Amino acid sequence: MIPVCRLADLPAGASVRVGTTPPVAVFNADGELYAIDDTCTHQDASLSEGWLEGCLVECPLHAASFDLRTGQPTCLPARRPVRTHRVTVDDGIIHVHLFAEEGTAA
Amino acid sequence: MRTVTVVGASLSGLYAARELRAQGFDGRLVLVGAETHAPYDRPPLSKDFLTGRADEARLALTDAEERAGLDAEWLLGVRARGLDARGRTVLLDDGRTVPTDGVVIATGASARRLPGDGLAGVHTLRTLDDARALREELIHGPRRVVVIGGGFIGAETASSCAGLGHDVTVVEAAVLPLVAPLGPEMAAVCAALHRRGGVELVTGIGVAALRGSGAGASRSVDAAHPGRAQAGPAGPPVTGVELSDGRILPADVVIVGIGATPNTGWLAGSALALHDGVLCDDGCVTDLPQVVAVGDVARVGGARAEHWTSATEQPRVAVGNLLAGHTVETVRSVPYFWSDQYGTRIQFAGRRRQADAVRIAEGTVEDGAPGDDGLLALYERDGRTTAVLSVDRPRPFTRARRQLAYDQDPVEPTTAVNL
Ligand SMILES: Cc1cc2nc3c(=O)[nH]c(=O)nc-3n(C[C@H](O)[C@H](O)[C@H](O)COP(=O)(O)OP(=O)(O)OC[C@H]3O[C@@H](n4cnc5c(N)ncnc54)[C@H](O)[C@@H]3O)c2cc1C
Ligand code: FES
Repeated sequence: MIPVCRLADLPAGASVRVGTTPPVAVFNADGELYAIDDTCTHQDASLSEGWLEGCLVECPLHAASFDLRTGQPTCLPARRPVRTHRVTVDDGIIHVHLFAEEGTAA
Repeated sequence: MRTVTVVGASLSGLYAARELRAQGFDGRLVLVGAETHAPYDRPPLSKDFLTGRADEARLALTDAEERAGLDAEWLLGVRARGLDARGRTVLLDDGRTVPTDGVVIATGASARRLPGDGLAGVHTLRTLDDARALREELIHGPRRVVVIGGGFIGAETASSCAGLGHDVTVVEAAVLPLVAPLGPEMAAVCAALHRRGGVELVTGIGVAALRGSGAGASRSVDAAHPGRAQAGPAGPPVTGVELSDGRILPADVVIVGIGATPNTGWLAGSALALHDGVLCDDGCVTDLPQVVAVGDVARVGGARAEHWTSATEQPRVAVGNLLAGHTVETVRSVPYFWSDQYGTRIQFAGRRRQADAVRIAEGTVEDGAPGDDGLLALYERDGRTTAVLSVDRPRPFTRARRQLAYDQDPVEPTTAVNL
């Protein structure tokens, strides 16, 4: 479990990159929090810098789009999903629970 | 339409094949590709592939599963050498013919060469085979590398070579590299990246000859016929690049990055109009309604782009028009390209014109180069933004790029479908 930032510091529409290895991106999509791997599966752009629209984030380099709920790409050029991670808020602090930590490795 | 033939099995050809199936074409689909390789992505060739950070598997644009789904006949390693006047038969190099109802021309472009470049150690960088050969030369310890041409591919290649520990010089004939796409102010800022990366930039001077070891091994550059020469069998090794003022830059490896010419030679004798590309209307349709052209080879509505994004965006429109039998939709995207050099990412969108004023909206220029926090520059004319350049500022860049697309479409998109 990794503390990210205060919930108050991530308003709706905002995103933040967590410097884990590999890095994770946390989004506030209209009040819902999501975490996915930050690196686009197409090449190497940072998805936390992407364009957020509803539950979709568009990669800033070649415009692949990913569904934050599932990590699945919804259009080319990305063909593989990004991993999703669980997010919780404790005491006003956002935490991500890294996928691998839960012992459900793909 | 029962058979559609896509000529050129690379980025735009693959996207056209995908669009044909996605838009409901269920007839015979033939892809003809001169290279023996399955479709691969070129942009990494000068970047992560050259430096060894990405291997060949990372270049693949498609996989066996997708190819099975496309249900196409792949004729790879064979070149189309003609299209009959009615556009109904594609002739292949090996003597075969493909009778067809529709054709997608996606033959891309080839790297221009310097005449007389048949010396060993002289390279161009357009194909996977080019990149393999160059990479092979760069892994045997430090070499003296001269890159001829300071455009995007030249700059990226120089950056990758410097990153591998080679001693690199870039020669650019113009006063500044990239001045045509970026304009003088921002071209100067991007040129400073070379200096920062430890690469020497020699500008405003042409190349007179490539020097090789052995008697008579100098190959002079015939300025009257640039790009006409074919690569011969590798001759004696290159030793240097002679500039037009007589100076000689010693070199073990020379990379010629002086642009690309569209691959239209095979269309000579067809009914299609050719002029620096295959001439098409705004919807990628040629003079023959059952023949469309996409990607680097296509001159769409008067302009030819050599960018990844146009090669991936045009096929949707082109295929729609091909299946409709006439132009029902036009390509309306804002031009966009990116480039990775010296650890920074450059992104540019829009249409800059000569008189546009440049304003740095975010970030700073330090010592003539982009500051550590990058920069965002807006090109403006009559109070409107015409183009945007970003160095390591993807988020505001995307916002500005979207705004450009929005501004260019103040009216409803034309849906000229009169069924
Ligand atoms: C090293 C490099 C780096 C690049 N980096 C960037 C970048 O950072 N950003 C960017 O926006 N763009 C970049 N580009 C440009 C981008 O790769 C091209 O715009 C894109 O590849 C064009 O796709 P295409 O399918 O139209 O043509 P191509 O990729 O050129 O493919 C054409 C194919 O047709 C085949 N062909 C040719 N003639 C025939 C024939 N007669 N019969 C059968 N087959 C034929 C060729 O062998 C080739 O496989 C780069 C290009 C290169 C070479
Ligand atoms: S890196 Fe994300 S779409 Fe290419």
